[in-house]
Amino acid sequence: MVKSTSKDAQDLFRSLRSAYSATPTNLKIIDLYVVFAVFTALIQVAYMALVGSFPFNSFLSGVLSCIGTAVLAVCLRIQVNKENKEFKDLAPERAFADFVLCNLVLHLVIINFLG
Amino acid sequence: MVLRFSSSFALSSPHSPLTTDTRRLHLPSMMVGGLLRFLVSLLAVAICNAASISQPISESHRSAALDFALCTWRTLEILGIDKKSDLSSATCENVVKVLASPSSALRVNGILKCKSGEDVPKVNSWTLSVSKLQARAKDAKLLLDFYYSVRGLVLVKEQFSGTDLSLADAEAIFPSIKALSQSDGRWRYSSNNPESSTFGAGLAFETLAGVISLAPSGIDQSMIQTLKTGILKLFDRIQKYDDGTFYFDDSEGPISTTASVIRGLTSFSASESTGLNLPGDKIVGLAKFFLGVGIPGDAKDFFNQIDALACLEDNRQCYFLALFMQFLFVLFQFSVPLILSLPSTVISLTKKELLKVKVSTVLGSKAPALSVKVAEALNSKGSKFDADSATYFLDSFPKNLDVGKYTFVFEILLDESANEKAYVTEAQTKVPIAATGAISIENAETAVLDSDVGSVESQKKLDLTKDEAVSLSANHLQKLRLSFQLTTPLGLVFKPHQAFLKLKHESQDFLGLVEKLYYLSGKYEIQLTIGDDLPERPEKAPLPPLQPTDPYSRYGPKAEISHIFCVPEKLPAKKVSLVFLGLIVLPFIGFLIGLTRLGANIKSFPSSIGAATSALLFHGGIGAVLLLYLDLFTTLKALSLLGVFLLFVGHSTLSHLAAASNKLKSA
Repeated sequence: MVKSTSKDAQDLFRSLRSAYSATPTNLKIIDLYVVFAVFTALIQVAYMALVGSFPFNSFLSGVLSCIGTAVLAVCLRIQVNKENKEFKDLAPERAFADFVLCNLVLHLVIINFLG
Repeated sequence: MVLRFSSSFALSSPHSPLTTDTRRLHLPSMMVGGLLRFLVSLLAVAICNAASISQPISESHRSAALDFALCTWRTLEILGIDKKSDLSSATCENVVKVLASPSSALRVNGILKCKSGEDVPKVNSWTLSVSKLQARAKDAKLLLDFYYSVRGLVLVKEQFSGTDLSLADAEAIFPSIKALSQSDGRWRYSSNNPESSTFGAGLAFETLAGVISLAPSGIDQSMIQTLKTGILKLFDRIQKYDDGTFYFDDSEGPISTTASVIRGLTSFSASESTGLNLPGDKIVGLAKFFLGVGIPGDAKDFFNQIDALACLEDNRQCYFLALFMQFLFVLFQFSVPLILSLPSTVISLTKKELLKVKVSTVLGSKAPALSVKVAEALNSKGSKFDADSATYFLDSFPKNLDVGKYTFVFEILLDESANEKAYVTEAQTKVPIAATGAISIENAETAVLDSDVGSVESQKKLDLTKDEAVSLSANHLQKLRLSFQLTTPLGLVFKPHQAFLKLKHESQDFLGLVEKLYYLSGKYEIQLTIGDDLPERPEKAPLPPLQPTDPYSRYGPKAEISHIFCVPEKLPAKKVSLVFLGLIVLPFIGFLIGLTRLGANIKSFPSSIGAATSALLFHGGIGAVLLLYLDLFTTLKALSLLGVFLLFVGHSTLSHLAAASNKLKSA
């Protein structure tokens, strides 16, 4: 039973990886960016847990900057994805322009909140 | 060389002659010899070092350094600190060897009292220096040149009494020095410089005194007469304090300036036989100035103070003049001021103390036979002179002196008329004196009144010197009055500064204010305290209460209020923060590595110049927006410009990219 479970899991991961390798490179770059942002946020949370949240503004703005940009990146990925028929007529350049604009607004707020 | 020292001083009011306290400030006599030797050898080293570096040290430098040593030595000499030290001939020799400059060496020699004939091997060198000095005095243009050369010659004359030294050109030199004087009595340092000073006037008088004494055939009396009017002009510039203290003030500071003038005047009056009629009160006022200065913090000021006092004390000690005193038979024209001082300005009437008055010269030497009279505030007889202690007792103490504060006005009457020329006294010396005595309390009585001015219901006499009980009865509407009178030994009414009445109920500690008596019946204790500085404490009276030391006592100070402030949050150690900063970089590095492994590239970055610039500007604009870290309104202002710019640049870049990809698709 245990054996078959681990094998199933392995099979699952293998099929996932083979399916993911077919993903276009531009989407992979966005995924990498999301992972990068989330890890950065995790390190900040670890810092807060270990050391303390004294400049709480700074902590919040740091974490929210990471999470926010990750969310925006996910939105960009949805729009850029060719498989997604919903945004078929939307040019990827337009999607990128949206992404840049949203990031600018987000970070303006973040930087002013930093304190 | 001029030494300029700024002086700061405080005036203290009692003018008493310098006492042994001042002397004690200085080194014990045995150490002095050693100290001076040290100074001289130190000077030798300093000069050698200085000479080897660049230029040979000038004479003014030597003189400046020497002045320090000389001032110390001179001060000790004036204050009479006995120097048993063996100022060996070696020291004198060293001085002569080290100091090639003649005038400095002469000054050292004069102070150290080297026996010139025995100790100084090269007497010839002195003769050489004399001719040098004579030539220098002849060619001099500046006041200081005159001063040092003439002074050097006088010193030579002083120390080599055998030599027949004179200044042949004295008749010519005198007017050329006189030409530097100003109409207001001050003197210029050089004929080119219009600036004049009182300090310079002192130097000039000293120089002219030297010229007069060195002149072989005397100076024209008319020139001396014009100089005298100049001196009197200078006295128009004298400044005054309210207590009769006089001083001269100038850029050199009051102590240096006044000392310079005194030195000049004493030398001038000593070198010149026709007399200088300076007002006596001014001379006493100048002496009072130096006595009132206290102990100046600056060594130069200290020396000036002591030296000026020594000049006033006895002209023979003034270190310029020792020589020609021998020839002039000590003809004093400059009077020696006498200072009147009181050992105590408080006299106790109960102890029948006598009023002691002391008259002495400024340095505390004995005054000649004289009598002191109290001119005002009291009717008293002249006092007798007590030769032993130089203290004058007003022996028949006035019977009518009562407790109080007085201003006594003393007059000093010199006994012999011959002395009057040599000594000068203040016309009248005012001294505040306090007479203390026993104050008695009389006519003490208590009364019960219907109102403040109302009729007296019952009245009882009290004797406050005894423990006495009086019984009174009153209702809550009535008032209690305690009245008493303080009288002096002569029976006059005495008004104290303060009077405290303390009413104490038998059951309680203290009832505070009289309004809060709460109409308590019972036994009360009355305590009366008189506060003033004139009554003497009766033997029976209790000592004044000690100040409360217990912080919780009723009348003591309350505990200090300590303010609690918000405790600042603790920041972690810098190292921890830096470690996490490093950790933050790791995901970014991972991101970059991932990008390379995915084969990301910037091939689609526009290659044409126009598109590439707009793309670069686009990215730069994004960076600029992210770097905006100002207050909100400034940010918005900048953003409105940057936003429009970004809109255009971004549009052009992205549309260019879109066009490119469309082309690719269609192809």
